[in-house]
Parts: sequence; C-alpha cells; structure tokens
Amino acid sequence: MNKHLLSIHDVTAEDVVRILDTAESFREVGTRVIKKVPALRGRTVVNLFYESSTRTRISFELAAKRLSADVINFSTSGSSVAKGESLKDTALTLQAMGADAIVIRHASSGAPLTLTKWVRGSVLNAGDGTHEHPTQALLDLYTMRERLGRLEGLRVAIVGDVLHSRVARSLSFALVKMGAEVTLVGPPTLIPPDAPAWGVQVSYDVGAVLPKLDVCYMLRVQRERQRQQYFPSVREYARLFGLTRERVGMLPEGSLIMHPGPMNRGVEIDSDVADLPQSVIEDQVTNGIAIRMALLYLLLGGSGAEAGEAA
Amino acid sequence: MAGARLLDEAEVRRATTRIAHEILERNKGAEGVVLVGIAARGDDLARRLASEIARIEGATPPVGVLDITFYRDDIGMRAEAPEVHETRVDFDINGKTVVLVDDVLFTGRTIRAALDALVDFGRPTAIQLAVLVDRGHRELPIRADFVGKNLPTRRDEQVRVAVKELDGEDAVYVEEPRGAAGGGSER
Amino acid sequence: MSRRILLKGARIVDPAAGRDEVGDVLVQDGTIGAGDRAAGATVLDCDGLVLAPGLVDLHTHLRQPGREDEETVETGCRAAAVGGFTAVSPMANTDPVADNAAVIHEVRDLGERAGLCDVFPVGAITRGLEGAEMAELGEMVEAGVRIFSDDGRSVPEARVLRNALTYARAFEGVIVAEHCEDASLVEGGQMHEGFHSYSLGLAGRPREAEEIVVARDLAVARLTGGRLHLCHLSSAGSVEMVRRAKAEGLRVTAEVTPHHLSFTDEDLRSYDTNFKVNPPLRAAEDRDALHAGLADGTIDVVATDHAPHAVEEKEAEFDQAPPGTIGLETALAAVLTHLVAPGRIRLARAVEALSTAPARILGAADHGGPIEPGRPANLVAFDPEAEWVVEAPFASKSRNSAFLGRTLRGRVVHTLYRGEPVVADGKAQR
Repeated sequence: MNKHLLSIHDVTAEDVVRILDTAESFREVGTRVIKKVPALRGRTVVNLFYESSTRTRISFELAAKRLSADVINFSTSGSSVAKGESLKDTALTLQAMGADAIVIRHASSGAPLTLTKWVRGSVLNAGDGTHEHPTQALLDLYTMRERLGRLEGLRVAIVGDVLHSRVARSLSFALVKMGAEVTLVGPPTLIPPDAPAWGVQVSYDVGAVLPKLDVCYMLRVQRERQRQQYFPSVREYARLFGLTRERVGMLPEGSLIMHPGPMNRGVEIDSDVADLPQSVIEDQVTNGIAIRMALLYLLLGGSGAEAGEAA
Repeated sequence: MAGARLLDEAEVRRATTRIAHEILERNKGAEGVVLVGIAARGDDLARRLASEIARIEGATPPVGVLDITFYRDDIGMRAEAPEVHETRVDFDINGKTVVLVDDVLFTGRTIRAALDALVDFGRPTAIQLAVLVDRGHRELPIRADFVGKNLPTRRDEQVRVAVKELDGEDAVYVEEPRGAAGGGSER
Repeated sequence: MSRRILLKGARIVDPAAGRDEVGDVLVQDGTIGAGDRAAGATVLDCDGLVLAPGLVDLHTHLRQPGREDEETVETGCRAAAVGGFTAVSPMANTDPVADNAAVIHEVRDLGERAGLCDVFPVGAITRGLEGAEMAELGEMVEAGVRIFSDDGRSVPEARVLRNALTYARAFEGVIVAEHCEDASLVEGGQMHEGFHSYSLGLAGRPREAEEIVVARDLAVARLTGGRLHLCHLSSAGSVEMVRRAKAEGLRVTAEVTPHHLSFTDEDLRSYDTNFKVNPPLRAAEDRDALHAGLADGTIDVVATDHAPHAVEEKEAEFDQAPPGTIGLETALAAVLTHLVAPGRIRLARAVEALSTAPARILGAADHGGPIEPGRPANLVAFDPEAEWVVEAPFASKSRNSAFLGRTLRGRVVHTLYRGEPVVADGKAQR
C-alpha cells in the first residue's frame, strides 16, 4: 500500500479487499470487553481538523486509541490554527513533535497533498474541500459488502449535490474500481458535465432509477446551494429529488438506503425514511471506526521501506 | 511441498491423540478446560484436539481461534503491515484453564503475544501450552506443557506444518534455508 | 560608454531586415557600428550563438510601487536582462495604481536608475482600475505611455471601453490592451473548468469567460475603429475570433504567454500553485490552437505576464494562493523548447514574436531591430542548444516559476543594452 491515503486513486482493487478484510478483524475488537490492541503502541497520530466535524474526528480518535496509539487533536477553535498560522508552519510543528500519522480535514481541495511535502509521517485525508473523502468511501463499501455480500455488479445511485461533494467523488471512483454500476442523480446544475468520463451513468429522473437499485445513497444538500441558485427552491428540490416514503416504496426488496451524514431531514431525505430498517445509516457510523483502525494499522504497521512514496 | 518430511499423517495423528490424553491427565478431565488455537493452523489442531477429547471423555471442550497479529512485537519493522486473520473467542475465559494450541514452537514470541491477547479477554485460572512441534531456539523464557514432537533444527532451517484443512495433508516438513529473506511465519 | 565590442561569428536572426545569416556585429558608443572599424574592439566569440535584437516584453508586472517584497523595478529589470529582454512594459496594477503621470514618471525613473533595460510603463484605462471613469490618458501619453490597460481585470462595461478606444484615437500609436474575463463566470474559479477541475474538486473558470469578453471587445473595436490589443489569450475560440477579426481588417493585436504555450490543465493534478495562473492553463486542444495561432501570425507576440508573488503566499493551500508565475528568465527558452525545437515555428518567427513585433506594437523604435549601423545596440546573443534546469534562486526576487525543475533548451549568453553588456556569459553584470 501507498504511504499516504489522499484519494481513492491511491489504492488498488486488491488493496480495497485487504482493507475491508482487515476492518473485519477490527470490528471484532470492537465487540470485546477490552476494545484495545497494542498494535500501534508508542505511535503518535495527530488529528488536524481545519473544518469542525465532531463525528469524523471522534471516529478517528477512537480508532487510534483502540490501536493504543497516542492521539493529539488540533482543531480550528482555540489553537494557533485559528490565529492564522499557515498550514506549512503547523505542519513543521507536527513534524517536530514526531507525528507518525496526520489525519487532516481541510476546506481546501489539495491541502493533504500539499501537507505531504512538509511532513515525514503518513497523511490520511479525512476530507479536503470538494475533492475526496476516501475513508468515507471505504466504510461505505464495507457496509455494502457486509449487507449485500458483494461489491461487483452492485447497482448504486448517488443522489444529490454531486458537484460539491467529496464523498460522491471518492465513492464513485471506489465503486467503479470494484466493478459496481454507478448512476449519479440530481438536477443538471449539480452534476459535473464530464462525470461520464469517471465511468458512471447520469440521470435527472430519480423515479426512473430507484426501481433498479441495490443501494440508494443520498447526499447532503446544503440550503446554501439554493442561495447560489443551483435550484430554485428547497421545496422544489425535495419534490423532484428527495427520498420520500413513496419513493422508498419504489426501491426493490433488500436494497439499502445510505447517507454519509449529517442529514438535512426534510430536504434530501424525509425524517421517517431515515429511521427505516432498510436504512443502514447507523451501521455506517460503527463501521467507520473499524475501517479507520484498519487504515491506520495498514499505513503504520509497515516500515514503508518498499511502499512507493506518494510525494 | 519440498523438503524432508519428518512426520507423516499417522505420526501426526498419534501425537495429537497423545497430547489429548496428556491434557486430560494433567487437568483431571475436561471440566473447565477451553482450547484456543493460534491462527493459522493452530486452530485446526485445536479443533482436532477437541474432537479427540470428546472421543475419550465424551464432552467437547469449547474451541476458539486467536489471531495475534496486533500483539506482535515486530509491527512496523517489515515493509508491509502483517496480514490479519480472524479472531473468535465466543466464550468467557475467566476462571477457566486455557490451553493455547499452536503448530510450531520456535522463538516463543508468538506465544508471548498470545498471552498478552488472552489477558485482554479475561483472567483465566491457568494457561497451558500445547504444540505439535518444538524446534528449540527460544528467545524468550517460554516452554510448552504438551509437545507432540521435539525436533532439533538449525536456526536457519524452516519447519513447515501441513494440515488437511488448509494444505490437503497432515505432515511436518523441514526445509533448507531458501535465499536470504526468510518470509515464513516462524517466530 | 565608449565600449567597442565585436560579436563575432554569430548567426544573426533579424526579422526586421529579413536577415538570417552568420556574420559579425560591431557595437560602439551604444550603437551598432560599421564593420570596418573593428580594430581594437573586445571580441566576443559568438560561434554557435544566435544574435537577435533584444527581446521586448509587452506584459510584465514589476510590483513597484506597492509590493516591493515581491519585486522591484530594479530586480525585475535584472530578471528581464537575464532573459534577454532590453525593454519591458510593466502593468499599471501597482499600489498606487499607475493611472496618472506621477506614478508613470516614478516607474520610468526607477528603470533609468537601474540601467538594465528600457522601461515603458503601461497606464491604467480607468481611475484606480475601478472600471468606471477614464483616467487622464492624455497626460499619461505626454509622460510617454503608449499602452493602456486595466490588466488584472476586464473593463466591465462596453460603454467605458468604447469611450476609451475612441478617445485614444487622438493619440498617435496608442493602444488599449484588455485582459478578457467575465467576472461573473469565473467567481471562485481556481483553474480551467473541465474534466480535471471536476476530478480535483476545484471550481473552474470556463473558456467561455474569456471568449465572451473577446467577442465583446472585438465588436467594440469594430464600432470605434480603435486599436485593441488582447492580453494573454488562452482558448482556441479566442484565437479563432481574432483570426476572423484580422481577416476583416480590424486593428487588433494579440499576445500569448510562454506558460500557456507549454502547459495544460492536466499539469494541475499535483495541486502545485505555480501552475495556478489567470487566465488558467487550459486543455491540450487550446494549447495546440495557441501554437497554431502564433505560427500563422494570428497571435502577434509572446508576452510573459511575469507575475512575482511572495513565497509564503504561494506556499498556501491551493485556493488561497494568488495566481501567477514569473517568466522573464524562462520566456525565450520556453518558446525555443516547446515551439522551435519540435518544428512548430521557425526560429525567425520566434524572434519576431519576442522582439520585432512587440517593439513595433509598442512603438519602441530603439528596439526590435533591424541590426544596422547607427541604430541603438539593444541585442541578445543566445545558445539555442544549451540545456539547463530551471531552479531557484532567480534574478527576480520571487521564485514562483511554473518551469521550476524543468529542463529547457536555449539559454541567453549576452544581453547588450544600449551597447553595454548588462548580461555576460549568462550572468547579470550589475
């Protein structure tokens, strides 16, 4: 495996299988009374979160701690990061602290790649701008494989604001890599025109797509986008693309409803839909810790002597 | 498989049967005894021992499998992170006598890791160690309670145990060192 | 300076005289001398070198006044000289803006004091570059300005551009240069809008943002009969429109930068901020159209758009970094490497695009050739085969070069400014 995980393109299909299999073992660790193994004892993992995200940060923090690593949290409020210290200076400080791995979430696309220029440890992208969120995609693949038994040939629709979604990009790339069929659904203003070059289909009619799905993956749609006039109103968006009770009825038996969170209940997904048994949104959270443990283990468990340098 | 075969199927069977008797003798029966095999191959042997014990005593002890990868002392030293296998210990080990089962006892580091792992699962009354082959060259103060066969070897030789479930046959082979990088699972 | 220098055995490429042949050139008292007075002159062996009129850059940013941390007139002129330029036109987007004679005089004086090349400051079209009211063009013309530009942005309203183009007709040889970009289409954009911007998660600037304003400006040029110059063209559509406008007889000229000739949007996959420029590096088909446009004369000149930026500003996250690359020191080499060496344009055309044509557009009579007795000795001698790796530090104060780490073919050896060797053996002499 590569030294860093910045994008789904950094892992091969074989790597993905290895990651998912390794996560299986780490899920078992989560069922023990003592949910801890000494695998990364003495290593230092830094959470560098420029965007506040309690959910993902806690997931990474738990993952690192269950591997017995030491965890340092740098978040935007109340630290020099907020006072305008440059990314480079923060990186050099972390480097001086001997960080073995840095998990970074940042509002600027490409920031994790830039970070690799200044640090010797492994860099894990926890979400950069509108570019990628590879760990989310991997945990979603894990959930799909676990519930449906396979990835190849799965029919998955990703519905919503694809244009601004790093989750949509990583997940599309990952699913295509594993042989699934992906359809992006949303208003034309929110789907990149060049998306078919990613190996996916595009549709503007959610009703036409739903009956032929194994997984319906809903993206968060920010109200901000209506202000920017990507669609005329939230009401119309919900009416044309929202996952309502009626639309859920169009899904085939046994299909999954997924959402990366946090949800905008009433916009892209109705409240009572999110709580249905087909919805595996809760599982996605549990599996997140196992996947992140697997990634930290695989990235830091080797000396990296033969692995190619990413930067 | 290349190399000299030191134990054939019959000898492996006899050794397994003898170990099962010794476990029962030492623990005065199967009451409170659980078997935990160390992945991989240790757990196939553990299951064999369990059925032997069942045949002799009439009761089958619980069998679990333990992957000790996360407890190894050499994580971060090889190029890639070591491969992980399944762990399943579905029963409570508190107050039990755990018999750890492994195929080959070599440096003792695997067993050291297994002890650390077990301790995270609970507090057994006692931990005993059963191995099919003891090939010497200990690097830690670890010894086996039940040994199928003592096999003196050179440090650089490879000892390979084959089990029907994974390799299609039951046998023990010794192989000459092959090139510089010894990959194998010898520990 | 009463220096006599004989440049011996050079391949003299002089488009203004239609000349491409091996020969000697004598320089004395700042001018080209007659060949028979060579005795006693210092001989510079130019065997294997090309001798051309000094290069002229119509579009450069010297940052002074206002951002002397990034570049000064002096360091910028030194960079120019190292790159073989003997004249530069610094843009008006300084602080304060060059929208009045006082700033123009200051910049010109700084250039004279540096004594490395001629500085022909560009004046702003509108006051403060705000795009609303015309600046005092006449006063600036009296101060020597021949090019007006609000470069950095387009003139927002056609009416204002129309007035400026019409008003400028009163002044002989004056042109209005436009940076063509529709602000509403490029809001938040970081790179060319296309497959790569969607994959990299960076907001894009579509080529239509440039083409819309090019179309508008050409229409205004037609309406006014004024002289329009289009800065740093980047898209195939723009080139085609200029081709048709010229065929129609409109008085329009156009430029392209060395980096747009050398790179495409695919180069941004590394998120390297030195590739973040405005207008953005576009797709391969755009780059090819720029090559073809330069070859057939649709694009008249190569101009660097040399844009120095402070190191810490360029080392920031991609979307925070300011756009721009320096280019004075690599311009000639980039054109030789990516156009002349692969046979896309001839050497004479390259020299014309870098020297003769910009000198003519600028009205800088002392530059661009022909290389004949009595004319000022503004010359550059370069080795067209020498390979070198572009690395910091540069003569420029800044180091944000898109060419960093690349190997280029073609290196300036001597630059003579009014007869003085300001660059000798590749090194600045002052």
